[in-house]
Amino acid sequence: MYGNDFSAPDDPPGGGLLGEVEAAEAALREAAARARRSGAAPGEDLDAYFADVIEADQKIEPRDWMPDDYRRTLIRQIAQHAHSEIIGMQPEGNWISRAPSLKRKAILLAKVQDEAGHGLYLYAAAETLGIDRDELVELLLSGRQKYSSIFNYPTLTWADVGAIGWLVDGAAIVNQVPLCRCSYGPYARAMIRVCKEESFHQRQGYEILHTLAHGTEGQKAMAQDAVDRWWYPSLAMFGPPDADSTHSAKSMAWKIKRFSNDELRQRFVDMCVGQAEVLGLTLPDPDLRWNDERQAYDYTQPDYDELMQVIKGNGPCNRQRMEHRRRAHTEGAWVREAAAAYAAKRAEKKEKVAA
Amino acid sequence: MSKETSPLWEVFVRARRGLSHTHVGSLHAPDAELALRNARDVYTRRQEGVSIWVVPASAITASSPDEKDAFFDPAADKVYRHPTFYEVPDGVAHL
Repeated sequence: MYGNDFSAPDDPPGGGLLGEVEAAEAALREAAARARRSGAAPGEDLDAYFADVIEADQKIEPRDWMPDDYRRTLIRQIAQHAHSEIIGMQPEGNWISRAPSLKRKAILLAKVQDEAGHGLYLYAAAETLGIDRDELVELLLSGRQKYSSIFNYPTLTWADVGAIGWLVDGAAIVNQVPLCRCSYGPYARAMIRVCKEESFHQRQGYEILHTLAHGTEGQKAMAQDAVDRWWYPSLAMFGPPDADSTHSAKSMAWKIKRFSNDELRQRFVDMCVGQAEVLGLTLPDPDLRWNDERQAYDYTQPDYDELMQVIKGNGPCNRQRMEHRRRAHTEGAWVREAAAAYAAKRAEKKEKVAA
Repeated sequence: MSKETSPLWEVFVRARRGLSHTHVGSLHAPDAELALRNARDVYTRRQEGVSIWVVPASAITASSPDEKDAFFDPAADKVYRHPTFYEVPDGVAHL
């Protein structure tokens, strides 16, 4: 069923984050069917037409006219998002060969493969804006475009794989679910796919931690240690506080972004508290407590100076991550060349047969 | 910059028998056969399809968004093409 009953954010159909993704999908179909208010013709006043489509919560599609700045903002954001998925394979890839059982290994492989898939959905979405893949790859390899700073932290133990799934993927989902309603069609559609798949990632991480937390003393300590190390970096994933966020206002007006960094961070904290209790693990924040007035948890902000340092390239693993990606790209060159040569040879043969 | 990337392909997936192929996204591949394999790995990891089409993006001719209104105008004033245009007298069945 879909109609007007999906807009209440507290009570999405199906419940939870997956329900919100479904609601976004339904809203997308609904908005497409709705008439625009002023009905400005696309050919007459480009700005007015663009504003009209955004106002009606409809989607901007690749060949529509759009302001240059909208295009640039989207390219930057989608590319950075794609790069993050690609670099994000490394911290967990580190544990594939050492996963504690065949089942865990198969799951982790599937998850890392998903991250590659997410990177590809997003590169494809970015390319609809007129930038090509070579350029995007080059922007990442040369360091001119960034990826999420969270992937510059190391995965020291198996429990880190659990903590990444629960906290890092959890934070990513909170960030990304509103992007399913982004005003740019290809990005919104890619995010719907990504979010549906991410929810498996988050649950598998939570399950790893739950198993460890209910195992031996040593296993529980390992789980707690991982949570201690990943909590604040995960909070920092939402970006600088609203007051210092440079891109936010315009992105909100264009409906690329729907909620501020601080709103999303708060939503994440409020979700995690109960989940940590069920795990029997402690979030490493002595000032974390319920605020009855705000109907939300008070919490300690992450260290934003550290975030800026990591973004600048001084995190624990920045160099290692980039070196690895450059090496993988260089060492994979022969595969691309061989595939291209094979395709050319076959095309030639076909031509001869035809002639 | 040297052109390293292979051509762009648009991917269409039939989710189940009885449904038509739907556009799901695009990918790069050197030839059609690899495009199909890549499409399987990128777009159907969770049994999202029973059939895949890949089409070179360069082979698609699209209507121009700038002419959207003029292009589709001819259909706008022909309400009589819809069954709801006609008045059906009371008591008529099977119409």
